[in-house]
Amino acid sequence: MNIFVCIKQVPDTETKVTPNSSGTYIETNSIKWIMNPYDEFAVEQSLLIKAAKPEANVTVIRVGGSKDTEALRTAMAMGADEAILIEASDNLDSYMTAKALKGAIEKTGKKPDLILTGKQAIDDDCLQVPQLLAQMLGLPSVSVVVGFELAGNDLTLRREIEGGTIEIYKLQSPCLVACNKGLNTPRYASLPGIMKAKKKPLTTYKLSDVGVADADMRIKYSAFSLPPEKPAGKKMDAMDAAKQNEVVKKVVGLLRTEAKVI
Amino acid sequence: MLNFELTQEQKEIKEMALKFAKQEMQPKATEHDQSAKFPIDIFKKAWELGLLNTCIPSEFGGNGFSVVDGTLITECLAYGCMGMNTSIMSNDLALLPIVIGGSKEQKEKFLRPFTESYKIASFCLTEPSNGSDAAGIKTLIKETPDGYIINGEKMWITNAGFADLFVVYCTIDPKLKHKGICAVVIEKGTPGIEIGKAEKKMGHRCSDTRGLRFNNVKIAKNHLLGNLGDGWKIAMKTLDHSRPLIASSAIGGAQCAYEHSIKYAKERIQFDVPIARHQAIQFMIANMAMKIEAARLLTQRAAWMLDHGIKNTEFASMAKAFAADSCMEITTDAVQIFGGYGYSVEYPVEKLMRDAKLIQIYEGTSQIQRMVVAREVLS
Repeated sequence: MNIFVCIKQVPDTETKVTPNSSGTYIETNSIKWIMNPYDEFAVEQSLLIKAAKPEANVTVIRVGGSKDTEALRTAMAMGADEAILIEASDNLDSYMTAKALKGAIEKTGKKPDLILTGKQAIDDDCLQVPQLLAQMLGLPSVSVVVGFELAGNDLTLRREIEGGTIEIYKLQSPCLVACNKGLNTPRYASLPGIMKAKKKPLTTYKLSDVGVADADMRIKYSAFSLPPEKPAGKKMDAMDAAKQNEVVKKVVGLLRTEAKVI
Repeated sequence: MLNFELTQEQKEIKEMALKFAKQEMQPKATEHDQSAKFPIDIFKKAWELGLLNTCIPSEFGGNGFSVVDGTLITECLAYGCMGMNTSIMSNDLALLPIVIGGSKEQKEKFLRPFTESYKIASFCLTEPSNGSDAAGIKTLIKETPDGYIINGEKMWITNAGFADLFVVYCTIDPKLKHKGICAVVIEKGTPGIEIGKAEKKMGHRCSDTRGLRFNNVKIAKNHLLGNLGDGWKIAMKTLDHSRPLIASSAIGGAQCAYEHSIKYAKERIQFDVPIARHQAIQFMIANMAMKIEAARLLTQRAAWMLDHGIKNTEFASMAKAFAADSCMEITTDAVQIFGGYGYSVEYPVEKLMRDAKLIQIYEGTSQIQRMVVAREVLS
């Protein structure tokens, strides 16, 4: 069974994000990179399957900068068998990313039985790559998955929708599943795992190797800036009973004219 | 050639150990400090991930970590909780004499089981009336035709109530001082071991500390490490290795106090500005940063020397004393920065101050370390 797990490397959740000096992207120099937390659920799910089906092969793929390969190494230290890095800038759009992932999966020559991803990346929150990739590969896909059962080729997936309701999907592999929090508890990369990961194969491709060209770009970032600072709130003293009528009138007026919420 | 960069693998090891410390240890640190309960589940989990017994060589099932690797892991775990780290690190301290002084058969017999399941080891040197004067221990070893008999009493033994194995220092005759010291391995359940009550302590409260008594404890010949009288040499070599680890634990605790201080100083408003804007606070924080950095460099140097086969006794002692004293100063200043809140058990820094104190005392007091440094530099 060939399992492909698509992961993204994102800034650590504690990062204070600032635009770079030219305003063309965020400042990446001092960023600590981590594996996208939703992708950790995807990696864990692949390893749970591998534990039940030892013949399963787990390949993790990432599109992005080659300076730090943290996320791929972590996935291999957790137990994935091999990794593919497609070297690209860190701000590739969703379409190019999906196309690069498709190209890399095809380049391995292995027929994918299951593709696992996180439901979204926590940096740009586009929520597009899983669906785009499934469409490009002509596979069915289910996203926001919180329950996963595999029997032979039959999958039963639980998907969370608005209001906490659960939808149940039955489908067959090959397919793509985009994972949500609650699906499993990702394991730690053990220290022996970290040592072993060093010896696992990591293949590197360029975008052109996997059939992606500049012309594939659908989104151009024009500028990055911080949102304007919020002005300080207005305080009105309503403790004095005599003034309360006046204060209420003033507050209602401000909600109407300034905040425009009523 | 100097190189301050960790290898990719070391960065990953550190990252993983820190993640474990933050997610598994730190959230439970206060609870275990208050209940003084031995957090065995956390230790088991740490063992499963390979965070324990960093000193076991790979040929006996260990991960084959360098001493520098060990210091990186220890610093992260102590950042999570100095008390829990003491019980974790104590395994290394107890297994090191076997790594250093044991035969191949002894290493196979005693070390390998620690790599196969979670087990606990205790290092037993100190006695009720012999701490700093370690060569004056009185626990006796007597040779018999088929082995040895041990009699005596030990004090302040970490993990004693849970240990599967004790590495015990004893003497052929107290009058022989250093020359009479022997190191032996005693397994749990051997008749004659009497385990004392758990001591109530100021800090490191979740770490188990007890007195022990050996009443005619019989052991086989293959439980003696090296020859009769080799114990002192083994103990000194153990300390060269363990002191950089202890120094790292002080740095981990100090780093934790430092980070709490920075966060609080930026939030706490006095005289209309965050207290981090007041020079009095800035100087305390700058001092913390300097001491942590200096202690870490000294410690990693002491560890690096050992990894490269260079005698590090002087540096190991410098690192241990400097890191422990720095940790005490830094945690004390952290309480000062937090003011009244710092003195309250509702806030995390008073525990750090209580925990720091022990590091100046155990594994050779800060004063003993200075004696070692002086002896080395004046010789």
